Amino acid sequence: MNDAAAHAHDPHLAHHFATPRQQFESGRLGMWLFLVTEILLFGVLFTLYGVYRSNHPEIFVYAHRFLDKTLGALNTAVLICSSLTMAWAVRAAQQGRTRLLTGCLAATILGGLVFLCVKGVEYQHKWKDGLLWGKHYQPVREVLEKTAPREGAAAAGAPAAADEPRNVRIFFSIYFLMTGLHGLHVLVGMALLAWILVRAKRGEFGPAYFAPVDHVGLYWHLVDLIWIYLFPLLYLIH
Amino acid sequence: MQSVAGVNYLNHGKGFRSWAFTLDHKRIAIMYGVAIVAAFFLGGVMSLLIRTELLAPKTPETFPIGNIMKPDTYNRVFTLHGAIMIFLFVIPGIPAIFGNFALPLMLGARDVAFPRLNLLSFHLYAVGTVFFVLTMLFGSLDTGWTFYTPYSTTTHTNVILATLGGFVLGFSSILTGLNFIVTIHKLRPPGMTWFKLPLFVWALYATSIIQLLATPVLGITLLLLIAERALGVGIFDPQLGGDPVLYQHFFWFYSHPAVYIMILPAMGVQSELISVFSRKHIFGYRFIAYSSVAIALLGFFVWGHHMFVSGQGTLASMIFSALTFSVSIPSAIKVFNWLATMYKGSISLETPMCYALSFIFLFGIGGLTGLFLGALATDVHLHDTYFVVAHFHYVMFGGVMIAFLGALHYWWPKMTGRMYSETWGRIAALLLFVAFNLTFFPQFVLGTRGNPRRYYDYAPLKELQPLHILSSVGAFLLLAAFTIMLGYLLHSLFRGRKAPANPWGGNTLEWKCASPPPPHNFETPPPVGDPYDFSHLEFDEAREEYVERSRTGEACTA
Repeated sequence: MNDAAAHAHDPHLAHHFATPRQQFESGRLGMWLFLVTEILLFGVLFTLYGVYRSNHPEIFVYAHRFLDKTLGALNTAVLICSSLTMAWAVRAAQQGRTRLLTGCLAATILGGLVFLCVKGVEYQHKWKDGLLWGKHYQPVREVLEKTAPREGAAAAGAPAAADEPRNVRIFFSIYFLMTGLHGLHVLVGMALLAWILVRAKRGEFGPAYFAPVDHVGLYWHLVDLIWIYLFPLLYLIH
Repeated sequence: MQSVAGVNYLNHGKGFRSWAFTLDHKRIAIMYGVAIVAAFFLGGVMSLLIRTELLAPKTPETFPIGNIMKPDTYNRVFTLHGAIMIFLFVIPGIPAIFGNFALPLMLGARDVAFPRLNLLSFHLYAVGTVFFVLTMLFGSLDTGWTFYTPYSTTTHTNVILATLGGFVLGFSSILTGLNFIVTIHKLRPPGMTWFKLPLFVWALYATSIIQLLATPVLGITLLLLIAERALGVGIFDPQLGGDPVLYQHFFWFYSHPAVYIMILPAMGVQSELISVFSRKHIFGYRFIAYSSVAIALLGFFVWGHHMFVSGQGTLASMIFSALTFSVSIPSAIKVFNWLATMYKGSISLETPMCYALSFIFLFGIGGLTGLFLGALATDVHLHDTYFVVAHFHYVMFGGVMIAFLGALHYWWPKMTGRMYSETWGRIAALLLFVAFNLTFFPQFVLGTRGNPRRYYDYAPLKELQPLHILSSVGAFLLLAAFTIMLGYLLHSLFRGRKAPANPWGGNTLEWKCASPPPPHNFETPPPVGDPYDFSHLEFDEAREEYVERSRTGEACTA
């Protein structure tokens, strides 16, 4: 009857687990496995990127100039900071420091929000310039001339569009697919963070029970990590 | 909590909500059972429509026999037959019903690791099914179950609805796999080491790995297809610089391992049945366990054998062909171990064992004809003919479906608490075996004679009509066999003899529990031993069940 006694004392322990430790480790393993599925989900898009880049490197070299490196770098910094506040939040939960925990969670959500706003500004620019995916790729001529590389024929006065390789649109398809799916994950992460923020405010987490903070933290770090790969692959091409 | 006599998971709680929102793995298993069998019925009706249509070639003299639908309708019917059978029946089939039911019991656990996730997984399955039904009602689908581009991006049928259904079902499958892996890692009782796990659990573990690693790839591929149709991203569209063959790579990167999601649990069932009904310790336990994992891993590197004629490179095709042959090694290891288990065993031909024997025979044919298709030269000849159709039906129906029925008859007493008629069970199993071969063996011949698959008509190959007629007659005999089965199983539910705890003499932990089990399975984890040691079990004539020789009390009673 030891189990039953333990259950009566610990409201967080589900009936089919023997100890809180077993429950925590199960949850953690489950979360890691879920992250594996996320990696495979993005893995397909990275493969897509790899296939097209190795077959048509000229498209990527040409088109990446249309992305705003400054905003991309800003977003990278924002996400790395939000990862820091997330890790700090987990530590605060483990130590039972509720005020620090809620503060860190709020800061992490804010980081996500800033990221999405910056991303929104970037998308808006692309929209205005007609630099969209697949069949909606209709670039505004002045943008092409202003941003495209000026070498060889172009430097000699020929129109810059002549340098444009075939099927540049595929770069923007890949750009929007990858950053779009990533943005969706940031949004989901913010929703999860908001949920544990509410629970943290109620004082649910402490040294004995902090699994949800830990698991959402793992998810947030993965979303951050994916961006850290997306940024150089899309923005910083030579 | 104290067990009350007569209370079991079936009568513990009544009403719609106590089922639809239950967290009990056993009830979830039963709900899956009802839903999956309904899907099988739907897919089965489609197959009968196909076989009726193919009774005669479209020549003036045979009209109107075998002319029940238009070509467009035919395309939709065979597409839905494939999509429903694959996504709604064969993939979830054994893990979702029998895995959910038996896994925690076999581990002596009270439930799977994440009961709420398990319920969510079932609800997602239900939503996915609704999407498929809506697809049938609104615009249907005629791409074939593979959704190949560019056809799937240009057809006017409702590809988006169907792919959304596939996406949702993918999540259901992923969550089940994730749940099982964590359950097997973390909820084993003290003393149950990896090599004391029942082989069905090993098979589920290997299956879950594939579900986890392969299904996300299908998910995103289907999303890309939706983006292609709805937004025109052009990833798979040559006019926009895209590559349609890339779709096939992504699709088969999931869908070939998915073949092992289907067959591995069936092989797991097989290992249980062969050992229990031979009353002999399983031969080569470790080899069977490792071969499950080997199949799971090798299965990831052979997807290109679906694309020998799709324009992939010759070198790639050769490598894929060689790797394909390597998968036959662990599969053969299993078959030989089952045969060795039966050798000098005390074989009793109860209904589940009839299915187990059927499996060996039919899976043998299915597996060996797979070698014809894995070889480059013969595949070019046989590609997209009825030979392929016959091959995968021998594996999917002759393998997975037969093992599914073996599992159904094996765990039926445990799940429902009732016994069924052994006589009718054997008759149905035999009829099913004969009817199955009658349906699909002629299709091997049709294929080698050059009849392409998926064609509405075979007027230029009129001389093949007798083979088509044999196949169609077989299909209707299959219907008869399933009708008999439905009859005696329903009879068993309402009038069947009450099932004892251990009717077959199994030594895995679920047989130490009452039939049907109490809501929380085990009050204390049962003692763990070798799952295939039958030496201490003997048949008690009076109680018509197997009991332990030393003591007659059951380890766990309701």
